[in-house]
Amino acid sequence: MKGIRSNDLTIGYPPDKRLIENINLKFTPGNFVALVGQNGVGKSTLIRTLTGLHPALAGEIVLDGESVSTYSQTEIAKKIAVVLTGKPESLNLSVLELIALGRHPHTGWLGVLKETDKEVIEAALSQMEINYIATKKLFELSDGQLQKVMIARALAQDTELIILDEPTSHLDLKNKIEVLELLRKIAKSGKGVLISTHEIQLTASACDEFWCVDFGMPFLTGPAKEIVDTGVLHEYLHLPSTVRIL
Amino acid sequence: MIESNQDESKKKWESALMALLVILILCFLLSLTLGSVKIPFSFVINYFTGQGNNEIWSNILENFRLPKAITATLAGSALAISGLQMQTLFRNPLAGPFILGISSGAGLGVALVIFLGISIGGFIELSGIGRSWLLVGASAVGSFLVLSIVLLASFRIRSGVSLLIIGLMFGSAASALVSILQYFSHAENIQSYVIWSFGSLGSLSWDELSVFTPIVIAGLLLSLFLSKQLNALLLGEDYAESMGLQLKTARMLIIICTSILAGTVTAFCGPIAFIGLAIPHIARMLFNTGNHLLLTPLVILLGAITLLAFDIIAQLPGLQETLPINAITSLFGAPFVIWLILRRSNIKYSL
Repeated sequence: MKGIRSNDLTIGYPPDKRLIENINLKFTPGNFVALVGQNGVGKSTLIRTLTGLHPALAGEIVLDGESVSTYSQTEIAKKIAVVLTGKPESLNLSVLELIALGRHPHTGWLGVLKETDKEVIEAALSQMEINYIATKKLFELSDGQLQKVMIARALAQDTELIILDEPTSHLDLKNKIEVLELLRKIAKSGKGVLISTHEIQLTASACDEFWCVDFGMPFLTGPAKEIVDTGVLHEYLHLPSTVRIL
Repeated sequence: MIESNQDESKKKWESALMALLVILILCFLLSLTLGSVKIPFSFVINYFTGQGNNEIWSNILENFRLPKAITATLAGSALAISGLQMQTLFRNPLAGPFILGISSGAGLGVALVIFLGISIGGFIELSGIGRSWLLVGASAVGSFLVLSIVLLASFRIRSGVSLLIIGLMFGSAASALVSILQYFSHAENIQSYVIWSFGSLGSLSWDELSVFTPIVIAGLLLSLFLSKQLNALLLGEDYAESMGLQLKTARMLIIICTSILAGTVTAFCGPIAFIGLAIPHIARMLFNTGNHLLLTPLVILLGAITLLAFDIIAQLPGLQETLPINAITSLFGAPFVIWLILRRSNIKYSL
């Protein structure tokens, strides 16, 4: 099976801070998944665990049919790209230089770009509709532009899965909608897109699937419409029934 | 569009590289002509083409000026590169080659030899060649010990900042030990130590250069191959790891490279401040890039030029005295960096 599967995965921090237990999930290319839940429930930790940045407490993560522990860092990087919260630490790079960094797992010793690398970078620029800022420095960009550039970097990594931690926070409404629409298109083009988000209403109409987490509740996944219609989302997010989502 | 943009910036980079190379050669030749004895430029050229006919001038060039100029060139490059590596590794604009305690370790080694070696054994010949190799060895062993502890810690710790603090702590502890040694020492030994801490580019013989040169060049080559890893680290450790970087291996290689460069320079020349801290900033501001593949050659050239220029100033052309290089670098370098920041006011984004 392509994508990520987990068997009774438990995430948290050693020795005994267990955040979410017995997670059994499936995340496949072509799907747009939104991970929702309260602050502090473990969404970021789940994302970091799935991407190999944080060790699991128990259980197993299976990537493309093989346990993730059998992969090297570079092999994982060729299959999963991430966009984390917060700005990159260095802003003295041009947009092109930043996106080019996405080619890291594919380039050789010195990281020199070949023709194919340049084509992939060019494609990422067009896909995120940011050709007009390609030569700008990162510190010149607005938050919305910067987020699109960060997503373009993940696209340039040329992976079948992209995982984003709160990609729409800090953005204005227009940019939130634009970013979600671009992500939906990326999923439609055949990549798996997983985001964690608090933008329930905007996401509900864009994503295929919801993953719900809450304190003391089982990890729950399902088609977006079903999760909303059955009231599960209201229950997991502690919303009064008067709040309409779709 | 990528093509045209890359061509343009590549051209800029190439011309900057050429310009720096020309300046470096000029500085190198200038440093051969200037000093307490002025040697005409034409004679320097004649000397290199094998037509030198003045015994005294040839002697000065061969035994003093040439080794010193080569030392300054290599030491400047080495310190500047290790500063660049530490600033990127710890993403801290205040980091320099000695941030992990390399110079304090070296200082401790030298202090032990000067303060204890003499009083305990009395077996050490403290004059001439024996002394200089002894100090080099002590300095190398001292920085190697501090470095090994930091490296051991780096396997246990994920966060770069924690590692930085551990390095600083070992540095402080080493300096404290040196203070204690000084407290119980004779005035003349303290003077020897203080003179070592002034730094010196002129104390390397051809013998020592034959060790110094290959080590520094090897370190500089290694630094070129680390540019890709350093670039990945620009986005932070998490992103670097998510792009396939083996964080601990990369960090270890970078620390080893910096230690080879800064440790060797400190062993042979004593501590030299400023170059490692400031040159990377100057390079990033002048050439407006954070890309290490481009920065590394520029920083190598700029470091060499700067230390050569400072060495010329320190020799006080026309006078008999030579000022301590470690003081000159900061004295003349600090105002320049302040001016650069005031003019550009973008140091925040330079890293």
